[in-house]
Amino acid sequence: MTSIQMPQLGETIVEGTILKWLKSEGDHVDRDEPLFEISTDKVDTEVPSPVAGTVTKILVDEGATVAVGTALMEIDDGTGAGAETAGAGAGADSGGDAAVTASGAAGPAASPEAEAPAAATSVPAAVGGGAEALPDRGPRSRILSPVVRRLAAEHGVDLAAIAGSGDGGRITRKDVEAAIATGGGAAAPAAPAATPAAAAPLAQPAPVPSIAAAAGEDVQPMTHIRTAIAQHMLASVNETARAWTMVEVNVEHLVRLRAERKDAFLQQHGVKLTYLPFVVRATVDALQAFPTVNSRIDGDNVVTPRFVNMGIAVSYDAGLIVPVVKNADVMNSVGIARAIADLAARARSHQLQPDEVQGATFTITNPGPYGSLVSVPIINQPNVGILSLDAIQKRPVVVEQDAIAVRHMVYVSMSWDHRLIDGEIATRFLARIKLNLETWDFAEDLGL
Amino acid sequence: MTAAKAKAVEAGAAGHGAEPRGKRTEDGQATYLIAIAEALWEEMERDERVYLLGEDIGDYGGAFKVTEGFLDRFGPDRVVDTPIAEETIVGMSVGSAMEGLRPVAEFQYADFMSSGFDEITTVLSRYHYRSGVPLPVVLRGPSGGGVRASSFHSINPEPWFAHAGGIKVLCPAFPADAKGLLKSAVRDDNPVLFLEHKWIYRRIKEQVPEEPDFLIPIGQANVRREGDDVTIVTYGAMVHKALEAADALAQRDVSTEVVDLRTVYPLDEETVLRSIEKTSRAVVLSESYRFVGIGAEVSAVIAEKAFEHLDAPVVRVSPPNLPVPFSPTLEDAFLPQVSDIEAAVERLSAW
Repeated sequence: MTSIQMPQLGETIVEGTILKWLKSEGDHVDRDEPLFEISTDKVDTEVPSPVAGTVTKILVDEGATVAVGTALMEIDDGTGAGAETAGAGAGADSGGDAAVTASGAAGPAASPEAEAPAAATSVPAAVGGGAEALPDRGPRSRILSPVVRRLAAEHGVDLAAIAGSGDGGRITRKDVEAAIATGGGAAAPAAPAATPAAAAPLAQPAPVPSIAAAAGEDVQPMTHIRTAIAQHMLASVNETARAWTMVEVNVEHLVRLRAERKDAFLQQHGVKLTYLPFVVRATVDALQAFPTVNSRIDGDNVVTPRFVNMGIAVSYDAGLIVPVVKNADVMNSVGIARAIADLAARARSHQLQPDEVQGATFTITNPGPYGSLVSVPIINQPNVGILSLDAIQKRPVVVEQDAIAVRHMVYVSMSWDHRLIDGEIATRFLARIKLNLETWDFAEDLGL
Repeated sequence: MTAAKAKAVEAGAAGHGAEPRGKRTEDGQATYLIAIAEALWEEMERDERVYLLGEDIGDYGGAFKVTEGFLDRFGPDRVVDTPIAEETIVGMSVGSAMEGLRPVAEFQYADFMSSGFDEITTVLSRYHYRSGVPLPVVLRGPSGGGVRASSFHSINPEPWFAHAGGIKVLCPAFPADAKGLLKSAVRDDNPVLFLEHKWIYRRIKEQVPEEPDFLIPIGQANVRREGDDVTIVTYGAMVHKALEAADALAQRDVSTEVVDLRTVYPLDEETVLRSIEKTSRAVVLSESYRFVGIGAEVSAVIAEKAFEHLDAPVVRVSPPNLPVPFSPTLEDAFLPQVSDIEAAVERLSAW
C-alpha cells in the first residue's frame, strides 16, 4: 500500500489545492501516470503516480486545500497488502480491479465520516473517566478541575467521599487539600485501589442497614473531613497487626521543673511550656536507638528514615488532624515547643498547609489533659507506632529503701504494628523513653 | 508668549523648581509624572549621550509638562523640539542611535505612535538583528483611558508593539517603578517602549528612591498584594483598580493576590505561574483590548504552563476591541471598573 501525499512544490509552499482528480477509486494506474492536478501558490501541475497499482482510497475532495504532507489517496501496489482494506489483498492488478471496485462502493463515503463519530464518542468517555463514578451531588459535582485531578491522584484521595463546596457542588482544590490534611490521602500508592471499595458505604447518605431517624433525633450528613478520618481509622484497624504496651513513668522532677520555669519560659519564648516537648525529646532519642519504630512498610520493603518527623495529634472543631514537626531530631525542647504551638494554633484556625500534615515517621497523641488514664490509640499509618501520653497524677509509689511516697506519675503507652515490631523492641523502646524522662535534666534545654 | 508660559506653569507639575526633585511634595513624595521627569533628568546628567526629542518638549515643557525645565538645564542640543511628524521622530531616533547617541523620544500621546508604526516595527525592532548594531532608543508616550480624552487620546497600544518582537514594552503603575524602569530603559541597549499611563500621572504619589543608580529590572513582575484565593494578573492603571477591588473583597473574606507585570514584554512568566500555583484561580485584567491582547497572552501562558494547577477557568476582564468612547458614561462602561473586577473575582472564587 502506498500513500500519496500533497507534494511540496517549492521551498515556501505549505499547502496546495486539488483541482481535479484524474483517477477514481478502483481505477488502475501505471507508474508515472497522472493522478491529479494541483494548484499551489507557485505552480499548477499534474502529479504523477510513483507506483503502479489500484487506487483504493481517495481522501480529499476536489477543490479542497490541504497542507503539504497531507495524505491524499492510497494506491494498492501489492506491497503490505491486506493491512487494512478488505478486498485489496489480491496480488494481480487485473483481478484486484473488480474486487476493489466492489469494496469501493462502501469505502469512500464511509471512511472519512466513520472516523468523525468514532472520535466524538471517544472524547466524553476519556474526559468523563473517573468522574462518572462520583456521586451526583449537584450540577457541577462531577466536573473535576485539573488541579483537583492532580492532587487526588498524587495523594490517593477518594473524591467520591468529598462533598464539594464550590458552585453546583464542585469539588475545589481546597476541599481536596482539607481531605488530604485529615488523612483522606492514601498512605501508599497501592492503597487507592482498595480505598474506593472501603469508602463506598461511607459515601452513601444512608448506610445499610439504616435505621430511620425517630422523633428527637437530628440527622446531618457526615462532613467529608469526618468521612476521611473514618476511612483512615478503619483502614488502619483492618491493615495493621496492632499490639499495645504500657509503662509507668515517674515525672516528679519534670512537674517541678515545669512549675518552676513555665512563667519564665512563656516570657522568654512566647509559648506555653507543656510536657509534650519533653516527651518528644525523649521519644526522638528512643526512635534513634530503635529505628524500626521510626520506619514504615512499603510493599515488601521496610523504609527507615534517618530523620524523625513527629506527628502530633491535634483535635479541632472539624475533627482530628496530625500536623508534623519536621526534623524533630535536630530540635531542642524550645524549638519543639514552638513548633507544636505554631502547628496546633494553625490547625485550629484551619491554616495548615498540605505538606505540614504529611510525612510523619511516628505519632504522639496526648489525651492526658482531658483526664484519660490509659489510652489504646489507633496507629496513624504508614507509621508503625503511636505513643499515648495520658494524665499525670499523684500516686502513692514505692521509692528508695521501700518507702511509700506521693509522686507525679503517668502512664505512657504505645500501640504498635506487630507486622514489623516485636514485643522486645516495643518494650525496650518504651523503657528507653521512661529512662529518659526520669533521668534527663531538661533545665538547660529550656534555654532560660 | 508670557500668557502661554504662565498657563504652562499653572497646568504643569507642582512647583517651579527647575529640577524635577524640587517638585516633590514637602514630605518627599513624588508623583508618577515627577518620578518620570527625575529619571530623565538623572540619566541626562549621568550620560551626555542621552538626549530628548519630541513635539513641544522644549520651550513648552511637553504636552503633560514632564520635561519642564529641561531646555534651560540641558540646552537645545539635548532637548530637541521636532515637527509634528512621528515617523520622523522615530527615524531621527534610529539614525542618531546608529551614530552612538541614546535618544529618548516623547510622543504627545501614545496613540500617535501609530503614525511612526513602520519605523518602529520594521526598522527599530529589527535593525539590531539585521546589522548587529544595537539601537538604544526609548520611546515614551502617555497611554490609557479613564480621563475623558476620547478615542484619539486614550489608546493602550502595548499589544501592537509587544507583537513586533524586538522591542521591550514597559507599563509601570507606580512612581518608583516608573522611575526605576525608565532609568533601566535608558541604560538598555535595546529599543524600549515606555508607556506612561496618563490616568496615573498626577493621581498616584509615593516615596521614590533618590539614589542615582536606583533601577527596577526590566522583565520582572511584582506581587503587589499577597492572597490565597484568586490571583489578578494586571499592569498599568488597572493595578490600582485591582488593589481597590482586593481591599473590598477582603471585607468579604476573599483573599486576592495582585501581580503587577510592570513589563509586558518580555513577560515574567515565572512570577505569574508561581502565583497561580498558589491560588489555582486567575483573573487576567487589562486595559488593552481583549481580543489578541496582553491579557489573552497571559491567559494562554497560564493555560499552557499551569494547567494542572488550575481549579477554575482563566477569566479575562478587559475592554472590547472598540474605539474608546468619549461619553463619560460609555467610557466607564467600556473600561474595567472596580465593581467589574470584584464581580469577576467573586464569581471565580465561588466556582
